[in-house]
Amino acid sequence: MHSFTATQEAARQKWSALQSSPIPTIYVGTASCGRAAGAMKVLEAIGGHLAEQRLEANLVHVGCIGLCYLEPLVDIITPGRPRITYSNVTPEKVESILASHLGNDEPLMRCALAHHDTDHAQGNGYTKKLPRFVDLPMLKPQVRVVLRNCGLIDPEDIDHYLANDGYIGLMNALGRSPEDVIAEVGEAGVRGRGGAGFPTAKKWEICRAAQSETKYFICNADEGDPGAFMNRSLLEGDPHAVLEGMVIAAYAIGASQGYIYIRAEYPLAIARLKIALEQMRAYGLLGHDIQGSGFSFDITIKEGAGAFVCGEETALIASIEGQRGMPRSRPPFPAIAGLHGKPTIINNVETLGTMPHVLRHGASWYRQLGTPGNYGTKTFSLVGKVRRAGLIEVPLGTPLRKIIFDIGGGTLKPFKAVQTGGPSGGCLSEEFLDTPMDYESLGAAGSIMGSGGLIVMDQDTCVVDLARYFLNFTQHESCGKCSPCRVGTRHLVEILERITNGQGETEDLTKLHDLGEAIKRCSLCGLGQTAPNPVLTTLRYFRAEYLLHVTEKHCPACVCRELIEYRVVPGKCTGCQRCVAVCPTGAITGPRAEPHNLDASLCIKCRACYEICRFDAIAGDAIVIGSGRKGTHEPTA
Amino acid sequence: MTSQDYAGMFEPFTGTPGDLIPLLQCVQAADGYISEEATARVARFLRVSENVVFGVASFYSQFRFQAPGRHSVKVCLGTACHVRGGEILSRMLERDLGISAGETTPDRRYDLQRVACLGCCALAPVIQVDSDIYSQVTVIRLHEILEAYA
Repeated sequence: MHSFTATQEAARQKWSALQSSPIPTIYVGTASCGRAAGAMKVLEAIGGHLAEQRLEANLVHVGCIGLCYLEPLVDIITPGRPRITYSNVTPEKVESILASHLGNDEPLMRCALAHHDTDHAQGNGYTKKLPRFVDLPMLKPQVRVVLRNCGLIDPEDIDHYLANDGYIGLMNALGRSPEDVIAEVGEAGVRGRGGAGFPTAKKWEICRAAQSETKYFICNADEGDPGAFMNRSLLEGDPHAVLEGMVIAAYAIGASQGYIYIRAEYPLAIARLKIALEQMRAYGLLGHDIQGSGFSFDITIKEGAGAFVCGEETALIASIEGQRGMPRSRPPFPAIAGLHGKPTIINNVETLGTMPHVLRHGASWYRQLGTPGNYGTKTFSLVGKVRRAGLIEVPLGTPLRKIIFDIGGGTLKPFKAVQTGGPSGGCLSEEFLDTPMDYESLGAAGSIMGSGGLIVMDQDTCVVDLARYFLNFTQHESCGKCSPCRVGTRHLVEILERITNGQGETEDLTKLHDLGEAIKRCSLCGLGQTAPNPVLTTLRYFRAEYLLHVTEKHCPACVCRELIEYRVVPGKCTGCQRCVAVCPTGAITGPRAEPHNLDASLCIKCRACYEICRFDAIAGDAIVIGSGRKGTHEPTA
Repeated sequence: MTSQDYAGMFEPFTGTPGDLIPLLQCVQAADGYISEEATARVARFLRVSENVVFGVASFYSQFRFQAPGRHSVKVCLGTACHVRGGEILSRMLERDLGISAGETTPDRRYDLQRVACLGCCALAPVIQVDSDIYSQVTVIRLHEILEAYA
């Protein structure tokens, strides 16, 4: 039996020893996004430099802090000095950073991003004019609750989590009755973060009341929205937060066995979860008689094999049972009859990530965040044509404008639209920028909160093409069980393809609308009921753009392939022949030093000539992409 | 694989219906794809028909039914990559390699897959070759990227 207080005390000592280490400590963000940006090569370069210079330092892997556009990120602390963050670090920069920072005790200003000195907001002599990390424009408007540890602690070390108040929420829960725990969560007003926003405590109550010897608890980590990575980042950066929430939830409903249903495409998150589970067992936080409370619970990882529809509860259960992931009609709800016919609760990763906080600080603390009826914070993956892309967390009810412009830094070209809720959500135009991000306001606008994907679009994004893209996705992911979804989405895609190919007719817009409404009303599960949202919202807010495609055969964003053409601007073309060299079909010809010809009948619109010309210092922009007779237009990369 | 290999692979499993997907994942991890023989062996082990096994396997996008190439090329078609030109990359890869997504080149050098989000949306558009991720890829760089993999 491990005494929790002793374990906690040991962890705190270990943590503070690291903070006041007599040797430097180097933190490298090695979550998936950091790795994609080259963090592992940076790590290798750091190791190489340390060995070569015979320097000693603690190397700590941390998760994603959410500043994806600045990856790879490296933090360095030297004894007695504040922590300094370096951004966009490359293996080439490592040597000069370390030589200056470790060798001369001077942070390398030209690569440094921010300092973490809590005492000196403006920075003292050492940090010079660097901004404070939490004051960075992308971070300052955020309220990080669920993500508070991400990027700061080692996700593979349970002691780091414990030292930062980890598992206190669980200990509080175990000291109370399950009914009490449910009441606290109900009082806090937590709503499920998976998409629909159903009150979590209500679901738990039903399951608690169900009479059964066996109950199951499932954590839904099958993040299927293409363009969303909130859950992955949390699991990679702070797995214990989710696991603690899971044990609290299991205790509340009386479950004995838990599953984490996670995408097989998230190997790093799976590996870190496995490590975390072992550590929990070793500390008596999982398994038989958890912390002497008499409550026993264990967790198994189930790797999902890739099906968007498995985000739907009954489909997910079918998948765990080894069948095709198809939903069934409800009732009975899974809380009464779920996995293997037993009462089952399924909660999203982020919902679980909030539980430790609710149980640690109490419902009234939680209710200070957000707006009435929409309490707490929400994480979003902010991507697309936004300057500062990354993972963010804000109180519910934060206006879109604040998220896109204050946190995201706005768009390079004029803002056009934002898609909330992924493929099941809607595309909102500029007039909705002051809409608060809460479940009801988004619903009223025809969109949904969804799990938290936010795709920002500027004038170079074609909303008709985007609607086609989403419908293509949902049509492909439709399980085929009910015909409104199976047949209906296919027809929507066909009509949208016709329009983007320049063969659309005005009646097609009415057909899209009527068919979309019918699919929403008649489909069996959430996938079909929300699939038409991207079409219906773009039709509602961007009708003029659809009409241009249909009547003028013109794509104002110059995206729809059949409606655009590549042209050489004779006055600008210097005849350098670089485009001739990259053209795969020989569509561009012309002698050196004279404006080239582009034969539209041979052009396959691959963009190669456009790209090579754009980056050419001499000619530059001599190739343009145009659509219809409305003139030319140059898209951003 | 020999029947002994299969037997060894199936050993940790008890043969309950819930084992089907984990079994298929094991087979694919070893073989790189689900062959007809593997389908038959899994079916026999679980005492279900091959139809059931193939029905489940073909439902999920993770499973492939063609032997993979020496190098696996994945082009990301998540939303962020789509709005930044992932579709053009996909089209050009299909054209350059002469295969459709989901297929393997006749010389088995490359196989090509379209995936819905590699999760590095801030670096879009991205492609992945084996375990290397290339960010902010342009059409001009494609050829050079692929050539590095013999």
